[in-house]
Formats: sequence, structure tokens, C-alpha cells
Amino acid sequence: MNSVGEGCTELKREYDQCFNRWFAEKFLKGDRSADPCSELFLKYHTCVQKAIKEKDIPIEGVEFMGPNREKADS
Amino acid sequence: MGKHFFSETDIKSAWGQVLAAFWQRYPNPYSTHVLTEDVVFREVTPDNLLLCRRLLTKTSRLPRWAERVFPGNLSHSVYIIEDSVVDLGNRSLTTLTWNVNHAKLMRVVERCVFAGDQDRPVWTRITREAWISSGVFGLSRPIQEFGLARFRSNQVKAMKGLEHALSNLQKASAVCPGDSAEKHENLNSASKTQKPQQYI
Repeated sequence: MNSVGEGCTELKREYDQCFNRWFAEKFLKGDRSADPCSELFLKYHTCVQKAIKEKDIPIEGVEFMGPNREKADS
Repeated sequence: MGKHFFSETDIKSAWGQVLAAFWQRYPNPYSTHVLTEDVVFREVTPDNLLLCRRLLTKTSRLPRWAERVFPGNLSHSVYIIEDSVVDLGNRSLTTLTWNVNHAKLMRVVERCVFAGDQDRPVWTRITREAWISSGVFGLSRPIQEFGLARFRSNQVKAMKGLEHALSNLQKASAVCPGDSAEKHENLNSASKTQKPQQYI
């Protein structure tokens, strides 16, 4: 799957592979040892944030689960 | 006043597998409208919840009559945020997905819950709820109708895409016999209460 940043797709692939392995082998089994993917994520994240800014994608400052608050009231 | 959608489906896959497939469901044969996928935030909280934000871009496919009214929209993909919380303790994944642009034309907010059941460990219940609204004066009803119809069809694709990812994972894990003994035990007890898979 491609990243929104054309040059970030390879970094994304490496991070995804690391995460998927950690998720299945550690997180799901309740193993709380340190996340081995943080360096990979940092490289990937830096690349994607640059692309998001360049493309003016309006996600900066959007509250986590934001619309959930509206739905809880309706 | 907007459209509402609700569905509940049980699928015959263990919760952990469904979650693994959830992260890996793109690309799949039913997701050609999804152009990009990125994790922009991920964190394990002190109480062991896994929070995540993904940014997706999808093609903006409007019916012809809407394209004539909103020609400018053709040039921009739809940007979608998918926020999620995995709660390992109560075996639930809750997701909230919504579009951050084209919102005045039509906004779709979807909330899904993927719930595992300790008494029926080979099944996962997927509850899907959506709210579809449009802010266009004079056209909100047809836009919302269109939005609901498209949501229903996308929902079918989403389930097929998830099943596709699950099947790929199961093929891959067939090579690694790690927890296959446990799986067989569960399958034997679950086969007596088999439910047909339901797609709404």
C-alpha cells in the first residue's frame, strides 16, 4: 500500500512489518516490553509529516476520536 | 436530518486474528478506491490501550449529477482519518472514521466495534454504525441518499477486504504451527453452534 508521501512508502513498509510482528507476538499476548519499532516509526513519521504539510492535508490539531463526542450526544 | 446506518455481523475468526487483519487489510481486491494509507500516530497508554490514527486517501467518486454541481471536487481526493483504540483487557477494538475534507458536501462518520467473546473465542462480533449528513442547501436529501447507498456498498467491500486479509494471514500461519493446537480445540467446541456468516 502506498504512503501519501511518495518517497515514504519504503519506510512505511519497514515500519508496518515491525509493527505487525510486535502486535501479534507481544502486544496481543500481554507482553509489555519496550516497543522495538520506535526508531523505524520516527523515520517514517518524519517523512509523512513533511508530505502532509506539503499537500496541505488538514489533519493538524484534529482531536482524537473528535466526532465521537457529537455522536454520544445524539 | 441526516441518515443513520447500523449493522451487526458475527465472523468466524478469533479476535486477535481479526485485529491483525484489520491493520493489514490494505491493499485488497475490493479496495481500489483507497489510494494511500499511513499511520500518523500510535501509542500504548499507561493502562495498556493501543491508540492509533491512520490517514487514508480515497478517490472522490460522485454521481454524474453531483459532479456537475461540484466540479471543483473532482481534483481532490478525500482525506479520511481513522482513529482506533484497542483494549486488550476487554477484547475490543473501537474505531471512528470520518472525512476531513469535502465535509460540507457530505460527511460520513463511522464507528465500528470489533468485540471478542471469551465464551465463544473463535467468533468476533462486528458492530458498524454510521451517520451521513450533507450541508448543501437544497440538495442535502439526495446527497444523503446517495451517501447511504454508497456506504452500504462500501461496507460489503470492507467486509470482503477484511475476510481477504484474514485468509492471507491464516495461510501464512499454517506454515507456523505455534498455536495451532489451541485453534483446533476451539474449533471443535465451536462447530456445534455454527452460525452462517451474514453480510448486510
